[in-house]
Amino acid sequence: MTRMLGSDAILRSLEAEGVEVMFGIPGGAILPTYDAIARGTSVRHVLARHEQGAGHMAEGYARASGKAGVAIATSGPGATNLVTAIADAWMDSTPIVCITGQVRSDLIGTDAFQETDATGITMPIVKHSWLVLDARELPQAIKSAFHVARSGRPGPVLVDIAKDAQEAELNFSYPDEVELPGWRPPSKVHERQVHLAAKAIAESRQPIVYAGGGVINAEASAELLALVEAARLPAVVTLMGKGCLPDSHPLNYGAPGMHGSKYANWALNKSDLIIAVGTRFDDRVTGKVSAFAPGAKVIHFDIDAAEVGKIRAADIPVVGPLKLALAQLTHDVKALQAQRPADRSAWHAQIEQWRALYPYKYRKAEGVLKPQTVIERLRDLTAEREGDHIWTTGVGQHQMWAMQYIQCQKPRTFITSGGLGTMGYGLPAAVGAKAARPDATVICIDGDGCFQMTCQELATAALERLPIVVVIINNGWLGMVRQWQELFYAERYAETHLTKQVPDYAQLAEALGAAGFMVDNEDDLDSTIEAALDCGRTAVIDARVDPAENCYPMVPAGAASVDIIELPDELENPERIMG
Amino acid sequence: MSHHTVSVELENKPGALARVSQMFARRGYNIQSLAVGPTERPDISRLTLRVDCSEHSLEQLEKQMHKLVNVLRVVELRPGESVERELALITVSAPADKRGELIALGEVFGARVADLGRDALTFEIVGRPEELDAFEELVRPHGVKELARTGRIGLRRPGPRPSRSSTAAVS
Repeated sequence: MTRMLGSDAILRSLEAEGVEVMFGIPGGAILPTYDAIARGTSVRHVLARHEQGAGHMAEGYARASGKAGVAIATSGPGATNLVTAIADAWMDSTPIVCITGQVRSDLIGTDAFQETDATGITMPIVKHSWLVLDARELPQAIKSAFHVARSGRPGPVLVDIAKDAQEAELNFSYPDEVELPGWRPPSKVHERQVHLAAKAIAESRQPIVYAGGGVINAEASAELLALVEAARLPAVVTLMGKGCLPDSHPLNYGAPGMHGSKYANWALNKSDLIIAVGTRFDDRVTGKVSAFAPGAKVIHFDIDAAEVGKIRAADIPVVGPLKLALAQLTHDVKALQAQRPADRSAWHAQIEQWRALYPYKYRKAEGVLKPQTVIERLRDLTAEREGDHIWTTGVGQHQMWAMQYIQCQKPRTFITSGGLGTMGYGLPAAVGAKAARPDATVICIDGDGCFQMTCQELATAALERLPIVVVIINNGWLGMVRQWQELFYAERYAETHLTKQVPDYAQLAEALGAAGFMVDNEDDLDSTIEAALDCGRTAVIDARVDPAENCYPMVPAGAASVDIIELPDELENPERIMG
Repeated sequence: MSHHTVSVELENKPGALARVSQMFARRGYNIQSLAVGPTERPDISRLTLRVDCSEHSLEQLEKQMHKLVNVLRVVELRPGESVERELALITVSAPADKRGELIALGEVFGARVADLGRDALTFEIVGRPEELDAFEELVRPHGVKELARTGRIGLRRPGPRPSRSSTAAVS
């Protein structure tokens, strides 16, 4: 027991949780805690320029490291600015702990200056939240917050702390145990269910693994790879799961869904057994649910029982930690195979044929830089370099091209906003990822629209010496919205034109303390990328690309994902390969 | 779609009820009635909910409720396996010449006269929700001036009976 102030207890609690870095901005109601930072702590504070940035940094940190990210902000606008990041973390199951100051307890409910009901506003988008009015409750609240954020299906939590609780004294000792009788995420799997799954796999002629971000959250990549190899199961991997299986692995058929490949969508839709692992049958993957994989039985592995059967009924539900479940499944599958090996050569040959027929493709044109070319060159030039590369993205066309063309061989190397689709996520997430992995090269592939939403965080990156490289796929438009207007709104381009030249991104980068580069042709592309990667500073490449380029393949909204369309000229000659 | 009664044991903490009701609203469930009050333990409240939804939705709802940190236990109260009661206060127009008839009607249903005015009286009735419905129908022609119902509360019947508890793991 040590007598100390609530503000100091907050920092001692963060230290006890092993927090290395927190991202935030001070303000009135959290000032006592910043004063405690001034008194000294081992936790590094990264000063963001907007609380949304701090929240996404905490997310990027969490996704790159596997630890809980921490964001800290003041009451009122500080808390509301965190809301987008909290919603993003909620949708993508990213563990973050948000600490916000609150007005003095005697002012709560009076519409005091910078008062907002932070726990109320965030209630639908947090796993849980705590409003702390008494300093003595701080250690247990923070201990519980980290525990809930990390355990079960990860996600965001909020600890809102009244200013007077930060200023009051308490006898501090950090608890060993949490007191959460209602929080019991599954720690075991039902062996019988796993065995049923193994039997279904053994009997299946056309199985497909459908793996998602849950595999990465569960640190179960090795177990998934062992399963895929042991049973020679073809796999598709969602946007959120990218990296959970090596992209170079011959059994990895990449992303299904709205802008996934035709072969991945067809493999999923024509299978007779879907082995869903840590994934949630999102509408961007299934397309029209009633038409999705009509002939498939479903085995659904998830830590969150509420995801199983939510969208698609599960024939064999398996709720529990994926690492355990997959290890046992591999064991059972091997035993069954030894008795009766499965012959699935026709199925494998079929998917291989689809892969050969329908690779990701685009048409180059004289005199214009294609966005896909920029991403391909980034992929190839970084592949020749040593060390790990971590990719982050914004949301839109560039994100889908990054999903299609970037190759990730390890988990936690592709960090993107999937469920919420938060434009502006990429740059601050890259700052957070760099803080988690200073040894890695962190590259944000961004859109010009996305970049303008959070570009102030370049100053954070530059001044905090967290050098990242931002590559803006600058087509001068809100590209994905423009694509929908072109295809579904008769080319009525309402308010989607941004202009390529304004702002001048290279100059803007320099103004914010970063190195600025511009490239608008293929000849200078490699040298520009190399220069940015080598400059040792936070760098921005303004890659001015073909504004007319659309992202294909594409499942039109509301269509069955099996009816994915390729580049438009193929629309006129639809091939009839599917039975 | 069918009616379901769900009994929820909830930590008696600030905001706990809001988290449950918010989740119902957010996930598009329609709550017909909700009653909350203390239990045999001071740290636990019991929430009795009446919802109108499919079996599939009910299962989803139970799973979503289990994810709330303050929720300790969720049980569906099935007809025949549970006891359900509700209380209603009904103020009915009762001019002097109708008073006797109304009081006699109330006696049939075990409704007590809680208050008596010059032109109206207030019945207090406790019973199964269906009994309350029936009584309400009967007094309605006399002119119901005001009505308040608590919403049903319920408990599983004591004794070993086959029953469905969603606290068991889903798999």
